[in-house]
Amino acid sequence: MADLFFFLEVLIGGLLSGVLYSLVALGFVLIYKASGVFNFAQGAMVLLAGLTFVRLTQILGSEHPWDGMFVLALAITFAVMIALAFAVERVVLRPLVNQAQIIMFMATIGLTFFLEGAAQGVWGSQVHRLNLGVSELPIIIGDVLLPPLDLVAAAAAAAMVAGLAVFFSRTRIGRALRAVADDHQAALSVGIPLQSIWVVVWSVAGIVALFAGLVWGAKLGVQFSLTLVALKALPVLILGGFTSIPGAIIGGLIIGASEKLAEVFIGPLVGGAIENWFPYMLALVFLLFRPQGLFGEKIIKRV
Amino acid sequence: MLYREAGQFKTSYPADQAIFPIPQDRWSLAIVLVAAFAVVPMVANNYWLVSILIPFLVFSLAALGLNILTGYAGQVSLGTGGFMAVGAFAAYNLAVRLPQLNYIVDFALAGLIAAAVGVLFGLPSLRIKGFYLAVATLAAQFFIEWLFTRVPWFTNYSSSGVITAPKMQMFGFDLSDPVSRYLITLCIVTVLTLAAKNMVRSAVGRSWMAIRDMDIAAEIIGIRPLHTKLLAFAVSSFYCGVAGALWVFFYIGAVEPQAFDINRSFQVLFMVIIGGLGSVLGSFLGAGFIVFLPIALNNAAALFGGALQADTLSHLELIIFGGLIIFFLIVEPLGLARLWQIGKEKLRLWPFPH
Repeated sequence: MADLFFFLEVLIGGLLSGVLYSLVALGFVLIYKASGVFNFAQGAMVLLAGLTFVRLTQILGSEHPWDGMFVLALAITFAVMIALAFAVERVVLRPLVNQAQIIMFMATIGLTFFLEGAAQGVWGSQVHRLNLGVSELPIIIGDVLLPPLDLVAAAAAAAMVAGLAVFFSRTRIGRALRAVADDHQAALSVGIPLQSIWVVVWSVAGIVALFAGLVWGAKLGVQFSLTLVALKALPVLILGGFTSIPGAIIGGLIIGASEKLAEVFIGPLVGGAIENWFPYMLALVFLLFRPQGLFGEKIIKRV
Repeated sequence: MLYREAGQFKTSYPADQAIFPIPQDRWSLAIVLVAAFAVVPMVANNYWLVSILIPFLVFSLAALGLNILTGYAGQVSLGTGGFMAVGAFAAYNLAVRLPQLNYIVDFALAGLIAAAVGVLFGLPSLRIKGFYLAVATLAAQFFIEWLFTRVPWFTNYSSSGVITAPKMQMFGFDLSDPVSRYLITLCIVTVLTLAAKNMVRSAVGRSWMAIRDMDIAAEIIGIRPLHTKLLAFAVSSFYCGVAGALWVFFYIGAVEPQAFDINRSFQVLFMVIIGGLGSVLGSFLGAGFIVFLPIALNNAAALFGGALQADTLSHLELIIFGGLIIFFLIVEPLGLARLWQIGKEKLRLWPFPH
């Protein structure tokens, strides 16, 4: 019985961290869908958003902590991420329009360096604790321990995904986004302004990054290693498919759960720390059977 | 007028198919080689040899390997660091466990082992394409790094997990001084570059390019994708493996698996992109750019003296590095090799405008 509870605990822990992976993967998917750009800078955006928020709360609350400071800091960070979206569209995407995908990919790696340098240059490179006001006492159901922060994060992530789903299916901009994702040329010819769509997508990805930054920051402390979260999101992406939002969510859950289970149950047999490569191997094996990922669009090529 | 093909008549097929059909190219290459082999060892000091020229050569070799895979065969790989690590650790283990072998044999065997690993991780390329493949090659990167960190046999049970290259001796000569290290690296890089240049202009290279441009069409005209893609992975990993071995034996001397982490892979990919995809010369230009840029930034920063703190400085370097990469991609997405080509076309007409 104890074994079963332990298994459940590991499984649930994995699923909860999987939700967080899918949050980061979501940022990738949004941008890839709308612009075909594989945005490696998502991790750096998470760092930038997390650092900006945590430093702003420190500055605003330096005299004495007050209630509205979190809201104000959140609003300013929002503004920063949206400004970043405008800047990226103007400076990076627009001059590179119609270039090969790999060139865009490299440009986003350049952007990653830039953002990492800028975020840490402006806000310093110390580790900052971030307290979101969630108690750290685990919730106990049966014999299973659940960290409340993860639960809150999972709930918030679910809310966010639902919000995005509504945004994509019910609003005018959402429809335009889907049109662009389907076919750039056709979208342009019915009068959808591609450039402003890109700004919107990067802003949304920035907000997703802010959210991921808050949750991961609360878990790990706001620091440089947040950018590595992006590497965790990549196997999620290929498992779920680059172009699918449900894929990102379900892929995240699968990766999170299997990674933790493998670490706990297989890890000790081979020397541990297999968390780093296990998701990739899993995704790789999976891809051999479905090369476009779980929900990715099947690539049909004509000669 | 300085550089033109007009008036240079070929009277035989070998002359027409020469690697460098134009005398200007042959002369400039000869000058570069003479400079690299004879002049540099005489004038360069140890700092230049050890910290700039040897890493430049090693990176050029790795970039050349990745360029064969990504630039010529069109398979994006983020596992370069892993393949370099395989070469480095294989060469180390061969040198330690079979000391009677000549180092050149060691390097060749290390390259072959890396090639075998490359083929293994290249197998998915038959099913997976584009960015899916790029992310899938990360599996190689992380797995290899983990393997060398966790399995002590590979580091010969060194307590720190660091491998230290044994003293270099060949045919009874001591080869551990900077000049001979530089010369051996240069020899190996030259030979492998010549081989690569010939490979990419032969039937093998043409089939790679056919696969890159459209794999289905290539298959229809009778190119075997399995064979061609895996060969590209093998050759590319061979080059990266030898580069990794040279890295340990001639550049750093002691290395841990983390030296070949994912940032190394990105670094080499940058060299290939900035230098120019599908260009042998581009691999060297890109490697030069990425190796020299941080050093130049460092020195430029030193000019401003101690006005900046060390960590501010390193952040500033990141910002400038990232910014310059974006700038170069915008200015010339096809890389430095394309700039060189444009320059040659300009030279053809110079001093006339048309």
